[in-house]
Amino acid sequence: MCGNHDRLPPSPPSRRGFLFTLGTALSAVAAMLVGIPIIGYLFGPVRGRAGQAWITLGGVASFPEGQTRLATYDNPFRVAWDGPTAKIACWVRRVGGEQFQVFAVNCAHLGCPVRWFQESRLFMCPCHGGAYYEDGSRASGPPPRGLFEYDYEIRQGQLWVRGGQLPTLAGPV
Amino acid sequence: MRLITPLRAVAGWLEARTGLGAAVTPAATHPVPRRTASWWYVFGSATMTLFALQIATGICLALVYVPAADQAYQSLQYLNEQAAFGAYLRAIHFWGSNAMVLVMTLHMLQVFLFGAYKYPRELTWIVGVFMLLCTLGMAFTGQILRWDQDAYWGLGIGASIAARAPVVGSTLVHLLLGAPIIAGRTLSRFFALHVFVVPGILIALTGLHVWLVLRLGVNEWPMPGRVVDRETYRERYEAEVHRDGVPFFPVAARKDMIAMGVVILAVLVCAAIFGPNGPHGVPDPTITDASPRPDFYFLSLFALLALLPPWTETVILLVGMPLAIVLLLALPLFASTGEKSWRRRPVAVLSSLLIVLVVATFAALGVMSPWSPVMDAGTALATPVTYVQDRSPLELQGALVVQNKQCRNCHSLGGEGGARGPALDGVATRLTRDQLIRQVLQGGGNMPAYGKNLTPAEVNALVAFLETLRPSNQPPARAPEGARPVARSD
Repeated sequence: MCGNHDRLPPSPPSRRGFLFTLGTALSAVAAMLVGIPIIGYLFGPVRGRAGQAWITLGGVASFPEGQTRLATYDNPFRVAWDGPTAKIACWVRRVGGEQFQVFAVNCAHLGCPVRWFQESRLFMCPCHGGAYYEDGSRASGPPPRGLFEYDYEIRQGQLWVRGGQLPTLAGPV
Repeated sequence: MRLITPLRAVAGWLEARTGLGAAVTPAATHPVPRRTASWWYVFGSATMTLFALQIATGICLALVYVPAADQAYQSLQYLNEQAAFGAYLRAIHFWGSNAMVLVMTLHMLQVFLFGAYKYPRELTWIVGVFMLLCTLGMAFTGQILRWDQDAYWGLGIGASIAARAPVVGSTLVHLLLGAPIIAGRTLSRFFALHVFVVPGILIALTGLHVWLVLRLGVNEWPMPGRVVDRETYRERYEAEVHRDGVPFFPVAARKDMIAMGVVILAVLVCAAIFGPNGPHGVPDPTITDASPRPDFYFLSLFALLALLPPWTETVILLVGMPLAIVLLLALPLFASTGEKSWRRRPVAVLSSLLIVLVVATFAALGVMSPWSPVMDAGTALATPVTYVQDRSPLELQGALVVQNKQCRNCHSLGGEGGARGPALDGVATRLTRDQLIRQVLQGGGNMPAYGKNLTPAEVNALVAFLETLRPSNQPPARAPEGARPVARSD
């Protein structure tokens, strides 16, 4: 917009020059005002990241001692249209008494659902063949660590876990 | 004849106002080198035709598909079972996507082997690489819209890969999923990507790609010894086109048109014979007996992730793959001159062959996935009769242990069972009794240790059975010199 100034002798700001500058500035402001909410909106899931929430898995008595059972709970951060994906599963191992281990079903390798085999007392992953012992530690295959383990608490005879987020290497439960 | 005159008049009226004919005709009839009117040059236009087919069928599917996590699955079932031609359109969209990836790959191999990426067409190649990435993005996001178990766990795999990025891993996962976990907002996100964002970019890139082809001319047929030189190339190309060129339309376009028809017909035939893909099972993550598998474009990646040594995975995913893309993008920048003919470029030919073979082999392994345990082997497979005939009670007890402890999830017997571990037929020719006991109790070599899960009596029976597993004409394995036998546990 000021290209002419290099060649022409300095002149007082003209009406045309002013309008051009004003037009550019207005467009820039408008672009910024549109851009800020768009970027904020796109990054919303990161900014307003809901951490974890405590969820009950039911009475302690429903988990026999020495056994591993599948438990399910509703995602605490669900929305009305989540449908079947609102449900989350976890493997609950009652070691004995009030001592538990609650594992995410997601394999620590790449998140596939591990399955519990009561007889061989192993968790096996159907995707890339990872296997874990009953205490969640890595037994074989590509997983870089043991199963992700939820924090748990016993409150008034109920088993509570802290969950709601997809367990990954970056954000283990 | 009576109809043609008024049609001409209408066309003339439109042309007088739009001038589109005058604008497009020179582009359609521009001269191209004679030898490029070849079957080798049809893959680009065939890919574009398939893209148009995807847009047409995609719009149709979007008329019915509900991009909401609670209803997407039902809307797909409605398309499959009730909507008129719904299943067929889904099938065309699926087979069209397969064909698009395939034909695009052929196009890429052809332009690579014909040196088309060299001066002055570097940018055409670079734009093309972005188009390939967009197409793979369409393939991945499209697989998610199927909103079945494969989609759910495929997202889990995608998120787990993103999570491996240092520092920003968790941020990336939340950005990708649009929520703390795979759910309703994730599907909406991928719908917007698949239907608006990526196709929009792809259409724009296609326009640019075609513009570049028109502006710089179709790559001439490479001749050994005709070296690309920045000083003389354009002049020589122009001279050749003017001396011995043919109009693109209709001379070269005839073969393109036939190829377009053939690929579309092939897609229609596949769609009619094989039908649509899935949806495979409600995306309910509490159904843990899912065995997720990706569509074929990602099978080789799926296999790679099973076969890489674990410690190399993160590096290969986060450094190796982006590096491979950067290499593809940078190819015309460091090899923009020189020989174009494949006859004088052995490294190019061999590396193309190698890449195709590696990807195809990995994809085939991905189909077989021998590393995955056979999850129902313990209940679904019977012990071969010959292995239980004339056995002692202890050995029969051992056969039961093999069955009950799900050994065959990973080890096959009589050709049935998992391929994660070695087949057990003939195991007694490889391992002595002591080695068998050690292997069962302590595991090792990718086998879990069963020391805590088996009673001494079970181990004893199991090993007694395993010792019988050898062909009668082969001797049992012998302990190496000086090895001390383990005390018998019975």
